[in-house]
Amino acid sequence: MKRFNKVVSAAVASAMVLAMAACGGNATDGSQAASSAANSNAAASSEATGNTGADQTTGTSAGTFVIGGIGPLTGGAAIYGNAAMNGAQIAVDEINAAGGINGAQIKFLKEDDQHDPEKSVNAYNSLKDQGMQILMGTVTSTPCVAVADKAFADGMFVLTPSASSTDVIVNDNVFQVCFTDPNQGAKSAEYISDKKLATKIGIIYDSSDVYSSGIKDTFVKQAPEKGLAIVAEEAFTADSKTDFSTQLQKCQSAGAELVFMPFYYTEASIVLTQANNMGYAPIFFGVDGMDGILSAENFDTKLAEGLYMLTPFAADAKDAATVKFVDAYQKNYGETPIQFAADAYDAIYIIKAAIEQANVTPDQSIKEIGDALTSTITTIKYDGITGSDMTWAASGEVSKAPMAIIIKDGAYASVE
Amino acid sequence: MAKLNLKSIKKSSKDAFITYALVILVYIVMQILLKGGHVSSLIQGLLVPMCVYSLVAIGLNLCVGYLGELSLGHAGFMCVGAFTGAFVSKALRDSVQSNLLLFMIALIAGVVMASVFGFLIAVPVLRLKGDYLAIVTLAFGEIIKNIVNVLYVARDDNGYHFAFSDTKKMNFDDSNGIWLINGAKGINRIPNLSNFTIGIVLILIALIIVYNLVNSRSGRAIMAIRDNHIAADSVGINITKYKLMAFTISAAIAGAGGVLYAHNLSTVTATPTNFGYNMSIMILVFVVLGGMGSLRGSVIAAVLLTLLPEVLRGLKDYRMLIYSIVLIVMMLFNWAPKSIEMRKRLAEKFVKKNPTKEEA
Amino acid sequence: MNFLIYLINGIGLGSVYAIIALGYTMVYGIAKMLNFAHGDVIMIGCYTVFLTMTRYGMNPYISVALSVVVCTLLGITIEKIAYKPLRRATSLAVLITAIGVSYFLQNAALLLFGANTKSFSNVVNVPGITLADGALKISGTTIVTVVVCIVIMLILTWFIKNTKAGQAMLAVSEDKDAAQLMGVNVNGTISLTFAIGSGLAAIAGVLFCSAYPTLTPYTGSMPGIKAFTAAVFGGIGSIPGAFIGGILLGIIEILGRAYISSQLSDAIVFAVLIVVLLVKPTGILGKKIHEKV
Repeated sequence: MKRFNKVVSAAVASAMVLAMAACGGNATDGSQAASSAANSNAAASSEATGNTGADQTTGTSAGTFVIGGIGPLTGGAAIYGNAAMNGAQIAVDEINAAGGINGAQIKFLKEDDQHDPEKSVNAYNSLKDQGMQILMGTVTSTPCVAVADKAFADGMFVLTPSASSTDVIVNDNVFQVCFTDPNQGAKSAEYISDKKLATKIGIIYDSSDVYSSGIKDTFVKQAPEKGLAIVAEEAFTADSKTDFSTQLQKCQSAGAELVFMPFYYTEASIVLTQANNMGYAPIFFGVDGMDGILSAENFDTKLAEGLYMLTPFAADAKDAATVKFVDAYQKNYGETPIQFAADAYDAIYIIKAAIEQANVTPDQSIKEIGDALTSTITTIKYDGITGSDMTWAASGEVSKAPMAIIIKDGAYASVE
Repeated sequence: MAKLNLKSIKKSSKDAFITYALVILVYIVMQILLKGGHVSSLIQGLLVPMCVYSLVAIGLNLCVGYLGELSLGHAGFMCVGAFTGAFVSKALRDSVQSNLLLFMIALIAGVVMASVFGFLIAVPVLRLKGDYLAIVTLAFGEIIKNIVNVLYVARDDNGYHFAFSDTKKMNFDDSNGIWLINGAKGINRIPNLSNFTIGIVLILIALIIVYNLVNSRSGRAIMAIRDNHIAADSVGINITKYKLMAFTISAAIAGAGGVLYAHNLSTVTATPTNFGYNMSIMILVFVVLGGMGSLRGSVIAAVLLTLLPEVLRGLKDYRMLIYSIVLIVMMLFNWAPKSIEMRKRLAEKFVKKNPTKEEA
Repeated sequence: MNFLIYLINGIGLGSVYAIIALGYTMVYGIAKMLNFAHGDVIMIGCYTVFLTMTRYGMNPYISVALSVVVCTLLGITIEKIAYKPLRRATSLAVLITAIGVSYFLQNAALLLFGANTKSFSNVVNVPGITLADGALKISGTTIVTVVVCIVIMLILTWFIKNTKAGQAMLAVSEDKDAAQLMGVNVNGTISLTFAIGSGLAAIAGVLFCSAYPTLTPYTGSMPGIKAFTAAVFGGIGSIPGAFIGGILLGIIEILGRAYISSQLSDAIVFAVLIVVLLVKPTGILGKKIHEKV
């Protein structure tokens, strides 16, 4: 037995070294050996060689841009990552069908990061091995901070659809499609005070989440200036997000007329149900994470009646672009898209616009493309489904107008 | 000749030397491959995490395999090490120029802090046994994670500002100072000081410490407590002392893993995935799969299981599903009495056929 | 008044923990293993009810019954494939395998049902009670959960004391080898325990999702770990202990959140747990273990 163990461990160790060597020897094939999508592999590996030197293998003169996407596809945050990747895929398919970017096709690769910075860096490295030239990601904030740092070292251009923390954009090469958290907090306070919705505010937020506590911090800071009194500030955490009765009870006892909820609709749907059960009916006010609440399967939309949210995207907006996107999404994935999907959809088109403006080609190096896009994105103006007249500051922050939405008769409706 | 030499050394030290040799061999091979540019970015990026998990697994093995106490809180010690280390290196970044020196300071701070926590937790925990002990360590790990999430430290011209859960009391404006620990946002912009060489050196140090400990008088006392604490007590072994010792060292090694972890990524936050019970359990998986009381096994299991989900990336959506199946199958293969029997039979055949192979 | 409201909310939350803890503690008591996959069996049970009710419009009672059947079969299958081969191995090996099973169920659910949140409709349509002129409300779900919990507890206690199979369980939990020697079918008994435990998981799941109506592939993992805590709190292996542990855990969580700090409610729960275990090292109703040399 002992002897056998030794043999096994020696064998395993040598196998390990061999496996690493194998992965190293032919990076693309090694990491994708098990992939069933053999045909896409061929393109990826040709691209991997293509981006370092002249592009001779792809056949078409314009070549192929390889855009990578990173987000949580499994784990507790999987809803957001999958939505974003689906949205991006629709944009990529549309662009490719319409002839690509300056004639170059887009190849979109997605990798899972399980909403963890370390796994996210692994995903980034894996995509790099597969020939990624531009990163559309990551979907969530904390992993994005880690990845942005590695991408900065490589000079890669990063456009995150939905990582909204300000820590994400400290590096020059990172830009956001979504609002920053402080921006959302400030805009919410401003809106509530301008429209005189209420003066006594209760807040419920996720104290273990970067997004939620980031918005809450600025909201609390802005509130006094806007004449809002915060009467209750109650937290929950990722480990106890089933019961919100206490937080609601405290808001009610403190006489809050409006409950500000800077978190996602999964938890919000429980909050609304519990508030309804206890007969507490303040104005509920959410931010962009709230979008999607009506499309949660089997959700009783009556509970969300009168819910305000400040979001850049509404799935039932009537403009042609949104209708086209929502239709395509429903056709491909059988669901109504949430804001993450829309952000990623826009992100791909923004990358397209920037590439066209900068006139980069797929045969340029990662850094050349990165530098060119970083300097041109600040000059473009983009009209998307998550906002019109979007422009970018060199800091990476987007400037666009948020939309206030209220839920009326079980549907989203814009309010001015 | 080599055969003779190996046989004349004590079995326990032989075991240790094989492990050291294996680690050094892997290091040399990897260095050669790295120099030759044969290593993909993915594997390069995984080198430090593999060292991190090997380290923590070595630490936990001391606690579970040798001391025989089930801990589900080692991610908590990692967390303490990571936050202390990252805090120190970020705070001293401007005053210490040398990267190595900065890392050493951070490492010492992280290890000391983790051992202090290990010691403090070990004192009450020693009264408990088995699953009750497991749940109390899990509870401590969760408490650490929860507290780190409401901890705020900032620095400006007026010095350091601290707050616990309420930032309004801090009198700090982020326009003229920096956040060191910012609640749920954790620590950002941590200097990137970890590398593969440091990781391997730390693993070797941890291995040397643990091997020497378990092969010493103290180590035999620790294992005597595991095998039968009443008998150990009756022959005059100071149970409390040795339990404390093993648990504290175990926590310290986990803390070192945390420091290495924090300096590999530019951000560290305490989330359920990295410092929650999920991570504690994952480390336990390395230890159990590798074999309790086998440090070499822990390292190999940690490396394999860190590598596995990454090399499975090609499977796309099925990746984590296949990973879980592989995990179950490996557990059954390693631990099921029937499979052990079958392996024994196979091994006998194998050994008969290749009588020299066994010394490899 | 507020205190009473918090207390009632605490009991409501605690009763859900308690009912999950019952399944945990039962399997632990007999098979001496922590079944970390228990929470995920709950999740599968919830999806069964959700799908049969919303997609196929089944009667709630029939769909709950169906979910009990599904979970029972699932529990037996898991036991046969993953746990039975490790019966003679160390309990830690089984624990790790259980974690593997837990990952498997989560990821299988993710592939089968998608990542999107589903809204669970309340299966319990019992009216709540209003006291003190509407200031104090006890929801129907809470009442049903507490009642079901007590009923299950009584049935289980009766079953173990008064039936042959129950006695066999007791014998297996005391000493497997001796039980086998006395003609008890050890494997069958353990399978039966898993079947009952998993069936309970289905009921627990329905009540959990009725009280907190969201459903994702990860719904089960967090209440699973809380229920495990509750089971240890009450003295793992003890059926009334699981009930008391669950209720107390819920009350502590809510009161801690209400009166100490909402940010630190997890830490408060676990701190109380540690203090209790230090005073009573085998939980509130746990048996004292006498060790032999």
